Amino acid sequence: MKILVKNDDLCIGCGACEEVCSTAYFKENNIEKSCIQVEKGEDNKINVCNQCGVCIDICPVMVIGRNKSGVVRINKRDCVGCFMCVGFCPELSMRQHDDYIEPFKCVACGLCARKCPTAAIAIEDVEKEGKEKL
Amino acid sequence: MDVKALKAAHKLLAEYKYEPAKLKKGYTDKTLYINIGDNRIEAKDVPASMKEKFIGGKGYGLKYLWDATTPETKWNDPENEIVIAGGPLCGITQYPGAGKSLVVTISPMTDIPIDSNVGGYFGPYLKFSGWDALEIQGKAKEDIIIYIDGNNGVIRIDEAPLEAIDGHVVSEELTEMYADSEEDKKNISVISAGTAANHANIGLLNFSFYDIRRRVARLKQAGRGGIGRVLRDKKIKAIVIKFKGTKGDLNKPANQSLINKAGIKLHKQIHDYDDVQCRMRQIGTANIIEVMDEYDLLPTHNYQYGNHPDTHKIASNVFVEKYITQGMPDGCWFGCSLSCAKAADNFELKTGSYKGHKVTIDGPEYENAAGLGSNCGIFDPEMILEANFYCDTYGVDTISFGTICAFAMECYERGIINKEITGGLELKFGNAIAQLELLHQMSRGEGFGALIGLGVKQLKRIFVEEHGADPDFLNDIGMEQKGLEVSEYLPKESLAQQGGYGLTNKGPQHDEAWLIFMDMVNNQIPTFEDKAEALHYFPMFRTWFGLMGLCKLPWNDTSPPDNHLTDEPAKMPEHVQHYVNIYNGVTGSNIDKDELILQSERIYNFQRIFNIRRGKGLRKHDAMPYRAIGPVTFEEYESRKERYDQQLKDLLDYNPEGKTTEEKIKIMREYRLNQYELLTDAVYKRRGWTPNGVPTIEHLSKIGMELPELVEVVKNHI
Repeated sequence: MKILVKNDDLCIGCGACEEVCSTAYFKENNIEKSCIQVEKGEDNKINVCNQCGVCIDICPVMVIGRNKSGVVRINKRDCVGCFMCVGFCPELSMRQHDDYIEPFKCVACGLCARKCPTAAIAIEDVEKEGKEKL
Repeated sequence: MDVKALKAAHKLLAEYKYEPAKLKKGYTDKTLYINIGDNRIEAKDVPASMKEKFIGGKGYGLKYLWDATTPETKWNDPENEIVIAGGPLCGITQYPGAGKSLVVTISPMTDIPIDSNVGGYFGPYLKFSGWDALEIQGKAKEDIIIYIDGNNGVIRIDEAPLEAIDGHVVSEELTEMYADSEEDKKNISVISAGTAANHANIGLLNFSFYDIRRRVARLKQAGRGGIGRVLRDKKIKAIVIKFKGTKGDLNKPANQSLINKAGIKLHKQIHDYDDVQCRMRQIGTANIIEVMDEYDLLPTHNYQYGNHPDTHKIASNVFVEKYITQGMPDGCWFGCSLSCAKAADNFELKTGSYKGHKVTIDGPEYENAAGLGSNCGIFDPEMILEANFYCDTYGVDTISFGTICAFAMECYERGIINKEITGGLELKFGNAIAQLELLHQMSRGEGFGALIGLGVKQLKRIFVEEHGADPDFLNDIGMEQKGLEVSEYLPKESLAQQGGYGLTNKGPQHDEAWLIFMDMVNNQIPTFEDKAEALHYFPMFRTWFGLMGLCKLPWNDTSPPDNHLTDEPAKMPEHVQHYVNIYNGVTGSNIDKDELILQSERIYNFQRIFNIRRGKGLRKHDAMPYRAIGPVTFEEYESRKERYDQQLKDLLDYNPEGKTTEEKIKIMREYRLNQYELLTDAVYKRRGWTPNGVPTIEHLSKIGMELPELVEVVKNHI
């Protein structure tokens, strides 16, 4: 399945990934609307969905599922906006913003990886069990 | 099942078309009135004054019931209503436990208003369909179904001769009938009762929600006080609602952000701590079966004792490991991450009309395991599940049934009744097959089971009048008050919980106050004033859930990790603030935690005066059977001899040495009954009531409820 893999050691906290993500999906340069978010400091920590799929079983209306590439997607049309998936995400990488009544998440599109100047993030195709890699 | 044939037999009695009112800040300000006697369907506007004082949910229910009935109205008079209402917060999806309906009627058990809080999707869908409340009045001539299509704005009353009456069957039939597809089934909710509710005053209402993973209509219950009996007396088979298009902001809240923040914080807390706290997601309320046993609080053998060596056979893990599945998730409304509902799947029934069927059983809740189980001396998990199933589908309140059955079993064991009276049933503690047979008889309206369905209060009268029983003894051991059976906690060693049961509006149900741990285990409320404060605050706080359309469980069955460091851990201050925030978030108001209590106080006093208006609701009606207060019998005293002897020494300066058990029981009784009276004095004073339990006009004025119709009632008692 397709996932975005990360290497915190290479991250310089420049914010290019957040900008490209929020701009692509929400037409706005706003970290809070980015699926990938970096906690910046002495050590930069990249937070992004690893497609583990815990949210699939949490969803009360079964609108979260995997696509053919194994990427976990939300069917926003039928989402009831309960945000249980946000509270139960083990990676804290299911996002929510008050401008929207549905959550959002990384779909491993790779836009951010292409922008990253240090190759701290990259799209990889891994076996399901490969998520331990993260 | 051929639902086409069922539908083809429908005969349209009335149809009403409407433009669904738009929701704004949690309200539509419209309510739906249906008179099934003359097939009249009308919309009502909610006046601003009603909204301000009565808020919603049970507040609206009580207000409409007051207006619809006279002090003389009986439960089975046509003018008695069933009122169903959510409340301004009902239907939000971000905060756990926000899909509750509050149901109100004049109870066949108590002859005063009963209110019951129930999950399932009906309440939210009613609101999304444009209605803040549904009032049903009148009586149909033949069995009918009421159908509300909330998307197209159509309401129908149909004669419906062929559908089943039992809850699990009719809910499946009607979900199938009104859904366009499998995917559409989650948009349907059905209210039904069951065949026992045709006869038994302890009849309940089932509210369905479609479980999209198990693919079955699950049932939640408005259990207490016989509302199902009223539904069936009105010849209503079911009320069906359909609403497609649920989203997270249909309440059109004033400030969605406040709700999101509170909800996500609680979801995260439940995710992080529930496994090590109450395990609500694993086993729901049944987590406390063994805890109650350990603290000597599990009602056993009609509340004689508080524990039993066999409790391990029905401990929560037995159900987890062998029978039930949960966490799929099991909320009874979208967004409830506490997810306490659970189901035994493919359970094969061993008795009764559905013998051999493989069914999905909701439960057991703690109350079911204790009421159907330990209180009747039954420690067989499969029998408890089976009784649980039949109670639900026949439409029988498990709590009342458990307590009645336990009472009858004690009467049998003491020789007050015998096989001749029970129709051959050997009604000893532990006889699960006999208990099930009572249910099957109740469903047919036959035999001793039909008598059981009348409740402890009626049984006491029958045993005295027809079988020469000693009325004083039966009044001591019959665990009912105001006509409602006590729920499943042993309050004997906690004075505050005796008040928590006794000093209530609807009767001894723990949803007003559950103070046993605060009082008995943690000793946090030692004085009468402390207990009175708790018996003011907690009933008022808990009443608020019923005004809003909320569930109580997410308040204190999950805790913030630093809750113990707060000033008042028992109140869960962080969660109280969440409630203030989500209320303000939905309605755009700016209340604080004190205003929240004031909202409840208005309704609580209104309900008290409603009781007084009906000739009840006074001090004498708040007395409890002595079994709830102390040891009635030799065996009960002896089972806790050391504790009781020590109490005689410490509290009464009475030397138990050389005294007979009977003498000690008598002294203990005088002391404990006096304590209950002193507690009653303190609580009434704190609540702003006279020593006879009547709200004073000054108090009504203070809380903004000096309404002429209330003053008219109380002035005759002051």
